[in-house]
Amino acid sequence: MTLKCAGGRWSICFKTTVSWRLRILVKQAGASVMGFGARILRWSVAVFTVAAVTGAMLQVLASARLVADEPVAAEQAADSGVSLAEFIDQQIRQGWTDNEIEASPQAADEEWVRRVYLDLVGRIPTLAETKAFLEDKNPRKRSLLVDTLLENEDYVRHFTTIWTNNSIGRATPQRVSRSGMEKFYREAFAKNRPWDEIVVDIVTASGHFEENGAVNYILAQMQMPDEGVQLTAMTTRLFLGLQVQCTQCHNHPFNKWQQDQFWEFNSFFRQVRKEEHRKLDPQSGRMVDDYSEVVWQEFTGPVYFEKRSGMMQVAFPKFQGHEVDPGPGVDRRVELAKLITEPAENEPPQIAQAMVNRMWSHFFGYGFTRPVDDMGPHNPPSHPELLARLSREFAAADYDIKQLIRWIVSSEAYQLTSQYGEKNKIDDPAAGEMPLFSHMYLKSMQAEQLYDSLIVASNAHQSGNGGWSAQEDQRRRWMQQFVVAFDNDENDESTTFNGTIPQALMMMNSELIEKACSVERGSFLFEEMSKPGADTQKITDLYLAALSRKPTKPEISKMQKALAKYGPAKLNGYQDMFWALLNSNEFVFIH
Amino acid sequence: MALWNNYGMNRRHFMQHMATAAATIPAMNFLSHVQANADVLKSSQKSCILMWMGGGPPTIDIWDLKPESKNGGEFKPIDTAAPGVQISEHMPETAKVFGDLSLVRSMSTREADHGRGRYYMQTSYVPNPTVVHPTFGSVVSYEIGRNRKALEIPAFVSVDGGAGQAGFLGMTHAPFVVDNTGRIRNEPSEEGKQRLGARLTMLEEIESGFMNSRRGELPKAHKDVYRNAVNLMTSNQMAAFDVAKADPTLGLEAESDAVRDAYGRNGFGQGLLMARRLVQVGVPFVEVNMGGWDLHAGVFDTLKNQRLPQLDKGIAAITADLKQRGMLDNTVLVWMGEFGRTPRINQDVGRDHWAASWSVMLGGGGLKNGQAVGATDKDGLQIADGSKAYLPGDIWATVAHAMGIPVNTVHTSKRGRPMKLANGGTPIQELIG
Repeated sequence: MTLKCAGGRWSICFKTTVSWRLRILVKQAGASVMGFGARILRWSVAVFTVAAVTGAMLQVLASARLVADEPVAAEQAADSGVSLAEFIDQQIRQGWTDNEIEASPQAADEEWVRRVYLDLVGRIPTLAETKAFLEDKNPRKRSLLVDTLLENEDYVRHFTTIWTNNSIGRATPQRVSRSGMEKFYREAFAKNRPWDEIVVDIVTASGHFEENGAVNYILAQMQMPDEGVQLTAMTTRLFLGLQVQCTQCHNHPFNKWQQDQFWEFNSFFRQVRKEEHRKLDPQSGRMVDDYSEVVWQEFTGPVYFEKRSGMMQVAFPKFQGHEVDPGPGVDRRVELAKLITEPAENEPPQIAQAMVNRMWSHFFGYGFTRPVDDMGPHNPPSHPELLARLSREFAAADYDIKQLIRWIVSSEAYQLTSQYGEKNKIDDPAAGEMPLFSHMYLKSMQAEQLYDSLIVASNAHQSGNGGWSAQEDQRRRWMQQFVVAFDNDENDESTTFNGTIPQALMMMNSELIEKACSVERGSFLFEEMSKPGADTQKITDLYLAALSRKPTKPEISKMQKALAKYGPAKLNGYQDMFWALLNSNEFVFIH
Repeated sequence: MALWNNYGMNRRHFMQHMATAAATIPAMNFLSHVQANADVLKSSQKSCILMWMGGGPPTIDIWDLKPESKNGGEFKPIDTAAPGVQISEHMPETAKVFGDLSLVRSMSTREADHGRGRYYMQTSYVPNPTVVHPTFGSVVSYEIGRNRKALEIPAFVSVDGGAGQAGFLGMTHAPFVVDNTGRIRNEPSEEGKQRLGARLTMLEEIESGFMNSRRGELPKAHKDVYRNAVNLMTSNQMAAFDVAKADPTLGLEAESDAVRDAYGRNGFGQGLLMARRLVQVGVPFVEVNMGGWDLHAGVFDTLKNQRLPQLDKGIAAITADLKQRGMLDNTVLVWMGEFGRTPRINQDVGRDHWAASWSVMLGGGGLKNGQAVGATDKDGLQIADGSKAYLPGDIWATVAHAMGIPVNTVHTSKRGRPMKLANGGTPIQELIG
């Protein structure tokens, strides 16, 4: 008997799979024999129950209740009376009231414009863009700019970078196509495809790694012959916001997921196989790497796992209480894709919650849970109602990513300055406090944001660097100096970029910074220096180009004094000034 | 000669060390004639070299063999210079220097996931969403590095690493990561060096406003990191990173081919050689990474043909070299990964993640070496009856003790919470004597 969901309608199917449903508790015994067949032989059947059959029936009852509850939940959302925009602000304000703090004032346009460019399109605004925004008198100019930026090609580029890094890491693993993965996300973000469709495409992907770039996620998570363990752990973490890797070996004391659930989820991925093709290189006459692909393989029945006690257990494909036919002819990943877009009990679908949490954290530096990908009863969110409603509305809006971004970026909290005052200095998540979003938090630029921002500041983006892929290549090569791959089955890595000495050395001495401060024809400084205008004007432009703000009067006079020391070599003075602006704390943080 | 007495060591003492070393290790002399006659100015400074085995090494095949068990695998144990202590037959050179090394065979840790295991083993704390704990290298940087005024390069260097974090101790105590060639990227050009002063003056003018603008600690941390970077790029101690460079004022010679060969011409070996040079110039904590231990399949072939020969050479060389230089008593060696591996051999002839019962190696540092503390049961599945189980905090407390860091030190997290050094671990009695 199994429960199936097709086209949103529930049906109960009876199948002759009862024998598999017998929970077999087997104890490990015998010598260390290898091979799957031998492994089964080593176990002797210890206990047999029909508990699973009863369990399945109970789940049917639970699911029936769920179907009945769904419209109620939808009504509640629609009837809450306030618009979503009001609701977001209300919920955030409630946190301020409850904690007896006062929010910081709104950020000046200068602070805000730099922030929104970095967050949305992954780079600082150009001098012209900054000036245009500051001069714009339209009272709605902030929301208009958001709309414009969401249509900018750099928006696509920025979110493609983020999700490619999330999916395959920065150090591209063996036999994985980074360009394939990027192409997939580029198309997805350019067309603003619904997030649930994107996730389903990735989870169910098959085929050639450049023809269907979505497969690269799976290829990257299958670097070791680990029975899909890493793929299981990463998929729940990235797309469902749940950390279950610990439950692989044992029940976790604080996590709702139990060990059998880990393996039930894992069993959805056992029909995945990767094939790595090689080809003859006619020039060298040797075999070289060709393409990789994800192909379907027959897999029926349960997976086996070992309890801490040494007992072996079985797990069948099952997600959030919904069981999938473990028999032949069922594409388990297709079934999983249907299930992960379903609401869990009374809550919005987990993929919606996971994305909302991540997206909020993208803009504020902190999500509703910390870390963003460890949600669940053991780690309650800071603003549960807000998270729930945003997630529900995100799902109801057909998982429209741009709409989700608009909701977040239009919120009152996103407009605030990053300076805190006496009344809200306790709102300091960097010290471990729960974020109250009463002022913007500083974020460190990601390496790619810094690279792109340096390119913008130095005008290099206008000297025609040969299209998307050439630029991507250059940035990727540059990026590799900061990436350390750990070479294990979790495929994890770290970067030495986050505010450490290698980053400082790069900012002070690299070719990139040298170029940014160069006075060669076509560079920003060349243009600036060739223009007529007083020092005050030039100093102002340098500040605007690097920091997106005008210098204060005291700053102008300080800079004038500093320049005077250079005597006739004033050009050097400007170069050093620009060097210092780009190396300043104000440049490297998103504030 | 006055300096000698200040540092509590004299030439005769030094030469005696030499004599013993020569007697036990006839194979390799790490000291050139010049070095043998040089002052050992810094030899009383305490240091730690962490050999980090990323991926989780199968200690059951290296340090705690079970030849009688079905879990025993393919390798045989051999005797070592330490009476009664046996290790893998594929560690013959290390076996010879085992009088200066020790094992803790009863590690029982709880994290069997790479990220969490790494965090736990390196900080002694399990991951917690509201606080980032410092790795022990950062603790040493904070406790010892800050007081080494003559040290111009970072007090915590990681060779081929990068996972460690300074947490609430602040970015200035984060590891400085280099690759095993010691190449420092983005060193300044000559012109860059000349203009540095003027540029930094300008920078000071520009960033002070933002620093005082009530935006938290990050802007200040940025400035501190820059100060460290400037110190580094203008220091002659940078020579320590480059094994081909000599600097007589620092007691550094260009390493001969023979020495480089002895450590092994691989990332781990050359990283250890660099570590010795860094310790010579006064760096109190160096981490050297060796990866490739996540052996879910083909564990024995990989160990026998790739991992263990490199490991064996590297450990034997660093131990003997430090000893010959009279530096071993002041340098603690620690060898560990995020966890051990399953005693049970899987269907791919691999071993999976296992944190319940495994081994860590320690050495040097004036510890009572040449012994194995603790034991696992006959199949390696759990800590043997009557044997004490140890946590990472106990290892780091032992290291702290050896380095002269008070074990009852308490740090304060940003939120004002007291954080005990090594999570309140206790030095292992058998090792500190």
